[in-house]
Amino acid sequence: MRGGYTWRVYTACSVGGMSIGHTLLGLLESGPRHGYDLKRAFDERFGHDRPLAYGQVYSTMARLLKNGLVEVEGIEPGGGPERKRYAITDAGITDVEAWLAQPERPEPYLQTTLYTKVVLALLTGRSAADLLDTQRAEHLRLMRELTRRKSSDDLADQLICDHALFHLEADLRWLELTAARLDQLAAAVTR
Amino acid sequence: MSAPHEPFAGFDRAPSGAGPDRAPDSGAGVRTWARDLALGARFAAGGGREGWTRTVLTAVGVGLGVALLLLAAAVPPMMTVRDHKRVARDAMSSGYVAKPTDSTLLSAEADTTYHDKDITGILLQPDGPNAATPPGVTKLPAPGHMVVSPALHRLLDGSPLLRQRIPYTIDGAIGRAGLMGPAELYFYAGSDRLTARDAEYRNGNADRITGFGHRSNSAVMGPTFDLLLVIMLVVLLLPVGVFIATAVRLGGERRDRRLAALRLVGADNRMTRRIAAGEALFGSVLGLLVGGGLFFAGRQLASHVTIRGISAYPADMTPATTLAVLIVLAVPLTAVAVTMLSLRGTAIEPLGVVRQGVGRGRRVWWRLVIPVVGLVLLLPQFGHVHGDSNLNVYQTATGAVLMLIGVTAVLPWVVEQVVGRLRGGPVAWQLATRRLQLSSNAAARMVSGVTVAVAGAIALQMLFTAVDGDFVHETGGDPSRAQVMVDAPVANGAQARDFNQRIAATRGVRQAYGYVNADATQPDADRVRDGDFAYLPVVVGDCPTLRQMAQVSACSPGSVFIVPPADGMGDPGSARSYLRPGSRLDLNGPPQSAYVGTPRLWTIPRTARTAAPRTDPTGSLSWGLFATPQALDTSLLSSPTANSMVVLDPRQPEAVEYVRNTTAKLGIGVDVFTVHSTTQQNSYTQLRRGLFAGAALTMALIGASLLVMMLEQLRDRKKLLAVLVAFGTRRSALAWSVLWQTAIPVVLGLVLACAGGLGLGAALLAMTSRPFHPDWSGMAAMSAIGAAVVLGVTLLSMPPLWRLMRADGLRTE
Amino acid sequence: MTTEPLLQATDVRKSYGRTAALDGADLTVRAGEVVAVMGPSGSGKSTLLHCLAGIVRADSGELRYRGQDLTAMSDGRRSALRRSDFGFVFQFGQLVPELTCLENVAIPLRLAGERRRAAEAKAAAWLERLEVADVAGQRPGEVSGGQGQRVAVARALVAGPRVIFADEPTGALDSLNGERVMRLLTDAAHDTGAAVVLVTHEARVAAYSDREIVVRDGKSRDTERVS
Ligand SMILES: Nc1ncnc2c1ncn2[C@@H]1O[C@H](COP(=O)(O)OP(=O)(O)OP(=O)(O)O)[C@@H](O)[C@H]1O
Ligand SMILES: [Mg+2]
Repeated sequence: MRGGYTWRVYTACSVGGMSIGHTLLGLLESGPRHGYDLKRAFDERFGHDRPLAYGQVYSTMARLLKNGLVEVEGIEPGGGPERKRYAITDAGITDVEAWLAQPERPEPYLQTTLYTKVVLALLTGRSAADLLDTQRAEHLRLMRELTRRKSSDDLADQLICDHALFHLEADLRWLELTAARLDQLAAAVTR
Repeated sequence: MSAPHEPFAGFDRAPSGAGPDRAPDSGAGVRTWARDLALGARFAAGGGREGWTRTVLTAVGVGLGVALLLLAAAVPPMMTVRDHKRVARDAMSSGYVAKPTDSTLLSAEADTTYHDKDITGILLQPDGPNAATPPGVTKLPAPGHMVVSPALHRLLDGSPLLRQRIPYTIDGAIGRAGLMGPAELYFYAGSDRLTARDAEYRNGNADRITGFGHRSNSAVMGPTFDLLLVIMLVVLLLPVGVFIATAVRLGGERRDRRLAALRLVGADNRMTRRIAAGEALFGSVLGLLVGGGLFFAGRQLASHVTIRGISAYPADMTPATTLAVLIVLAVPLTAVAVTMLSLRGTAIEPLGVVRQGVGRGRRVWWRLVIPVVGLVLLLPQFGHVHGDSNLNVYQTATGAVLMLIGVTAVLPWVVEQVVGRLRGGPVAWQLATRRLQLSSNAAARMVSGVTVAVAGAIALQMLFTAVDGDFVHETGGDPSRAQVMVDAPVANGAQARDFNQRIAATRGVRQAYGYVNADATQPDADRVRDGDFAYLPVVVGDCPTLRQMAQVSACSPGSVFIVPPADGMGDPGSARSYLRPGSRLDLNGPPQSAYVGTPRLWTIPRTARTAAPRTDPTGSLSWGLFATPQALDTSLLSSPTANSMVVLDPRQPEAVEYVRNTTAKLGIGVDVFTVHSTTQQNSYTQLRRGLFAGAALTMALIGASLLVMMLEQLRDRKKLLAVLVAFGTRRSALAWSVLWQTAIPVVLGLVLACAGGLGLGAALLAMTSRPFHPDWSGMAAMSAIGAAVVLGVTLLSMPPLWRLMRADGLRTE
Repeated sequence: MTTEPLLQATDVRKSYGRTAALDGADLTVRAGEVVAVMGPSGSGKSTLLHCLAGIVRADSGELRYRGQDLTAMSDGRRSALRRSDFGFVFQFGQLVPELTCLENVAIPLRLAGERRRAAEAKAAAWLERLEVADVAGQRPGEVSGGQGQRVAVARALVAGPRVIFADEPTGALDSLNGERVMRLLTDAAHDTGAAVVLVTHEARVAAYSDREIVVRDGKSRDTERVS
């Protein structure tokens, strides 16, 4: 993974690839839920103004089921067409953990993913501070690389690196800010 | 990674652990020392305008102190030179010289006073060609000619009235060897009218002398005088010391910051100390040079200055060598010592300065120990300074110094205690008090000079007031009854009448009570063997005059009164036996050893009445036979003296000068003196004058030091001031805060000074066994002077403050 | 490659009154590496740096410089260490205002016993290298912030230190000047093989480091991920 980023990669990857699967898994950690509940919980916390489509929930859950990360605890009759209750498996928990521990690729507009991860960490009682630290380190690692590249004599390259550096620095500031407000955030999400 | 490091001076081999403090190059000897001292000097000399200003201020401060010290050191040699000069020109022989030789000469005093200026005149008449000349004179002036001091020459040129009195032709000037100072008024005039007195000091108007400079004299004043002198020196010089100590600490805060920066790059504690010492040395050595320069310049200037009648030649003001060497050594050493002391309480750490004791508060006990030790030193002398006992000068001086230093030692504690409790108030007050709380030390230091000076002055003032009576005597004279008294030896009664008439006729004389006096003796004096002759004074004057001298009710021309001697005067026995109506007197005065001449007997009329004596305007009481001229013919008297008590016209300011002119024409040996109600012992007067002169200098010095420190403080806070102004703080508020900042410590200092001064004063009074008597008005005056100095200094620091507050102060490192 | 740690702090604690400025901090610095110390304001970064440099005595914990215990060293020895082995660059105020820039740079050499002429020649070379030779004769108060910082860097490097301690060295500079100072500092350190302990809260400054540690509430963990 190291050293794989170039400025081209960096600028191209502008779409936040938030992992819905990991998020839903994380929401399941606090206890088994119906698909419908999952959607509601997701929308409430991370949906903002773009609610999650039903279809995506079910297709995602189907995939997770297939991978053995969740299991169906029981199907309740009556009511809706599909009233499956999902529960997370041990493998699922491990997967969430790995995901949280895995720093995101430093990119602009990461906040949605990072925010989700932070909230999930708080919800699941994991250390959000560690998560943020890891992310910081990753950001700094990229910045270091860009800084090193800057010492080349190519002015255009230097300017491009600087552009990236300033953006990354903005991210880092957000990380620091969030780290400083973790307690507040924890109080808000676990309310 | 193999780095291109040099080996680090044995660091690797040094054992770890808290061993003795051995930096790799500590104790590296002369070179290290030289380097650090030089570095310090570099700091003192470098640093751009800012740094230079500070160094110059320090140098000027130290220089002023050094100049004053040198001046003080020049006083003893100056006194010696003056004493030598005075003795060398003394026209007094060791004994009576009966026979003229070709090297003797006759001398008579011709002193006079002109407008409060004392003029010394000597009339000289050589007996032969080899007569000695006084110092500073190459050739004796011929009769009617004189040599004069340059100052008298100038005075004569500008005062025709005086020229009338001293009319001799000016032949030349008296040289420096014959004068104590350039302002001295002195003349030697040649005369041909001098006649030597006989062995019984009669029948002449001059002394025969063999030359000049025989008498050795120095007035012994006794221990009280010594005490005054010692305390005076302490009081005057201690502030100078304090001042020097303060001057070398100028810029201390900046220096601490600088040293901290050096600590960061690896200077250890000893290096910083050495560097600080180098800085102090540089400043103080520069100060020595400035002081030397000031002294020599001032000395030159001093020859143009006369402080209350005392002047001196520059060459005579040469500091005693040992004292000068002492100053040259002591000042830099003091500077270094003070710097080390000031560093002692502060740990210069690489990140800045940590003042130990901040938050812990100062301890008061050792500060109180100092004055107590001083008091203990003075204690054994309590009640022992009187008569002609010897004063333990060193113990007294040490005691007084400790008591005064104690005041300065307690001051920082007091300031801290009081300032720490101040809060609230308007912005200016708040700025000032907060600042004082942060650096109460600096504030205390700033006023310590004033405090010592005022405390010392109060003590001295108390002592002076108390011992005034020792040195100031009531004469009993009453200047409202008569202002001038003239005594003239005359040949006979006719001449006496003539003299008195001429005085009465002088311009500006409203009335002259003229009388003739002489001495009579018992009628059988020519037959007395054992030489014990009765001494019976005779006064002949008109009724108004006699009324001034005796309680006479009815008096008319022809009256005679018998005035018995008051207690302790004259010889009541002979007065009782010979002064009786109807008894006879011999007017051929009482001889000294054997009767000469023929008796001139005179009978006291039977109508003579007895009258009580009355204090005359000059304060003396006379007794004897008081007669009107119609009753006793003055031509019968032997060796009569014409006297005149003169009442002057107050509207004629030169009246006394006219009288002196008249009397000068009457002949040689005529005394004129003005009537005063008190007289002072001369050296006591000089001491008091010296005190005033010294106090003025000290106060000026303290003012200068305050100003310097104030400027330094303002400079230190330049940036802050600029920021405050940029915030929109009103300048007047800042000015007020500066005033408060000085005023608060000054008030505290003055309160303490009053307490300390009273304490020392009380101790001094106890030493001279006098009751405790605070001199409140003196204290108020001293405090007021101190406060005025501070206020003046604050005002003087306003223009620089205004300048500093301009926004360009923002840009400083 | 793994090297012996040059400087190692283990469980360092330091309190100012009741404030625990450091509450168990760890840090390892190896020769030649640039370590950024980051963390929120008041977290104890500067304190950690001061403890590492022997400027401030830690209350407890272990501080070893090349195997020697810094906490047990006398002041004189720590001063000597600062002269010979350490260099310092702070945000401001570390230059002596009375001395010219050249003299400021020469000071560590002179304190170490070198003669003035030789010391100033070396100092001049460093000023040259840091592109501030033109202000050699001026006093710190007369040069710009960036120039002053470069003079400070020259001074930190002149004695050939093994470790340079930099506390917010660019704190008072704009980004261009800051970068310039950082570049010169890290390049020079790299060339001389000196390690740099760099306290900063700016990511772009920290990006000049080889790795970073974070101090929070006086605690730091040095994970020491060696690349
Ligand atoms: N000399 C001192 N006296 C008292 N407290 C101090 C002192 N120095 C530091 N502190 C305290 O120790 C804590 C850590 O301070 P430090 O200066 O190390 O923080 P920092 O991480 O460098 O902060 P910044 O990023 O603001 O420089 C702070 O709470 C501070 O108040
Ligand atoms: Mg800091």
